[in-house]
Amino acid sequence: MSDMATENFANLAPSNAQKFRMRVLPFVLFAAVAVLIPLFGPSRSAYSLLNAIGINIVFALSYNMLLGRAGLLSFGHAVYFGLGGYAALHAMGMIENADGGFWGSVPVFAMPLVGFAGGALAGAVIGWPSCRRAGTAFAMISLGVAELIAAMGFMFGSIFGGEEGISGDRMNGPEVFGLSLGPIGEVYWFIAFWTVLAALLIFAFTRTPLGRMSEATRDNPQRVEFVGYDPTRVRYLVFIAAGGFAGLAGGMSAVNYEIFTPEALSLLPSGFVLIMTYVGGARYFAGPVLGAIVLTYMQSNLSDFTEAWLLYLGLLFITIVMYAPNGLAGIVAGLWNGTRATGMAYLKTWAARVVAIAIAMVGVIVLVEVAVRKSNGYGEVFEPFGLHLTPGSPLTWALVIVPLIVGLGLLRHLARDEQEAGA
Amino acid sequence: MTAPALKLTDLHKSFGPAKIIQGVNLEIEKGERHAIIGPNGAGKSTLFNLISGQFWPTSGSVELNGQDISRMKPHEVNRRGLSRSFQVSNVFTNMTVRENVRCGVLYSMGHGYSFWRNVGNLREVQEKTSAILEHVGLIDKANLPAALLPYADQRTLEIAITIAGGAGVILLDEPTAGMSHSETDRAVALIEKATEGKTLIIVEHDMGVVFGLADRISVLVYGEIIATGRPEEIRGDPRVREAYLGDENLEGVA
Repeated sequence: MSDMATENFANLAPSNAQKFRMRVLPFVLFAAVAVLIPLFGPSRSAYSLLNAIGINIVFALSYNMLLGRAGLLSFGHAVYFGLGGYAALHAMGMIENADGGFWGSVPVFAMPLVGFAGGALAGAVIGWPSCRRAGTAFAMISLGVAELIAAMGFMFGSIFGGEEGISGDRMNGPEVFGLSLGPIGEVYWFIAFWTVLAALLIFAFTRTPLGRMSEATRDNPQRVEFVGYDPTRVRYLVFIAAGGFAGLAGGMSAVNYEIFTPEALSLLPSGFVLIMTYVGGARYFAGPVLGAIVLTYMQSNLSDFTEAWLLYLGLLFITIVMYAPNGLAGIVAGLWNGTRATGMAYLKTWAARVVAIAIAMVGVIVLVEVAVRKSNGYGEVFEPFGLHLTPGSPLTWALVIVPLIVGLGLLRHLARDEQEAGA
Repeated sequence: MTAPALKLTDLHKSFGPAKIIQGVNLEIEKGERHAIIGPNGAGKSTLFNLISGQFWPTSGSVELNGQDISRMKPHEVNRRGLSRSFQVSNVFTNMTVRENVRCGVLYSMGHGYSFWRNVGNLREVQEKTSAILEHVGLIDKANLPAALLPYADQRTLEIAITIAGGAGVILLDEPTAGMSHSETDRAVALIEKATEGKTLIIVEHDMGVVFGLADRISVLVYGEIIATGRPEEIRGDPRVREAYLGDENLEGVA
């Protein structure tokens, strides 16, 4: 019986065409998109969003080297992002004040490398004690370290610049690729270059002996010991590399924003990178990329529409954790595989599910928006599509309760159908 | 005269007040197939953990090819040429069969912690991996995720990973546990083939396997070795009969 099942797997080895499609093509497309975007003449705000997305893609990918690949849950990854960024800003200061000499010949374009060095160095120091443990102990240590470094950020003014942080100027030193880095369109090329390069390097890392052993250590540290590897050492080296790439993202950020404050080291951005990675899907290499794009977009645009956007972010995160633990990438992969396997039927259920979620969302949105305005106390009223929804009006409550019941009921019904069909 | 492959000298291990291993002395020659038997709770697994570096002895020493390894960590012991399998299947379930074996090969081929090479391009590693898969008969299933393997194949994979690094001393912890008769026969044949020319130390409950495979047998009872000898000596030893085997068991394998 098992032989029949396994014979079909004998030719599971990826062919060269498959390898190309899985490993090379996505990067070609990624780079092509990055190159094509400026042809559409994005606005200033579009450029600044794109730059933020690029930085967050690298940051989230570096985080996933720990969370997804090595199985290490860190609550303090912004420490390496921030320290890399500070290192880059200090280097930019040196370039600005350089009178020839070494720093006179360093281009600002190379600042992500300084960030990498800063982040990797921080990872090497902090990782030494914290990588002795995996699991809960590692997570707790990372939390403590994050608090410690953030507190230090506010104490050592000469390095971190106190509450105002330190700022720099990217238009100094020699130019690379003819980019003065003055206008935001030129900064875009800088960000695009480093985003694609870092994504490539992080992917290549997963294919190296160390990268493979990091996954092995995640799954079975005991077995790893008996093939000659020290799990602590594996974790430590991966931690340094992840810190380095977080620092690289910090260096990109230093050039893009020309300022860093101790806030950047704090738990808030550490939490955000965790959410980006998890919502995107930690099991997939492309997951953090997806998460970074979606959440950075939400962060910059949703906050224009509603002041309760963090609440929606929280809801999204909880929903993903509970119902789609493989994140957006998992949903996309499931949709792709499901449609290929069962065709339109799958697509139909899926569409029905989206409709059900949208209906339920109406109830949630009305509830949240009305509540936020009420609690602000300015007497504002939520007025979507010309409706006048006061907290006391029956229409408001009807619009909360009916969509919630209908939407959730429909979701339950769909889930039950699927159970029966699957059984 | 060369040093024995493995030498245990007055080995003790206590967990708090519980004395699990109480003065074990044992020498195993190179190329020998040695079985350790004993009733449940005799300390067989603890003894394996002491030898392989997962526990450190309370007192006494473990020597591998004449070198003291009793204060080394498992990966250091492994690099000095000792490898082990586990009682429960202990493979990398998220990887394919081929990747599993490759993990076992990498370190011994000098690719330790390198992050500048693509594993897919390491020709010798691929060749060695394929050779091992061929040797144990898993080459047809090389691209199957390890989690999907039938139980007996998982045990085979476990042995493949264990021998992949080329260790000279192999410790197998109940390699045929939970197998049917025909599976057991195949497993024994595989073990003989895979450990040819190597030193084998095996903990096993199946007396047919033990008496068929081992050159010598040690009987561990309450943390002490009460007898060591060739199978026929052990079979005839009255203390062993009394302590452990029970008469019927022995008739069955005679």
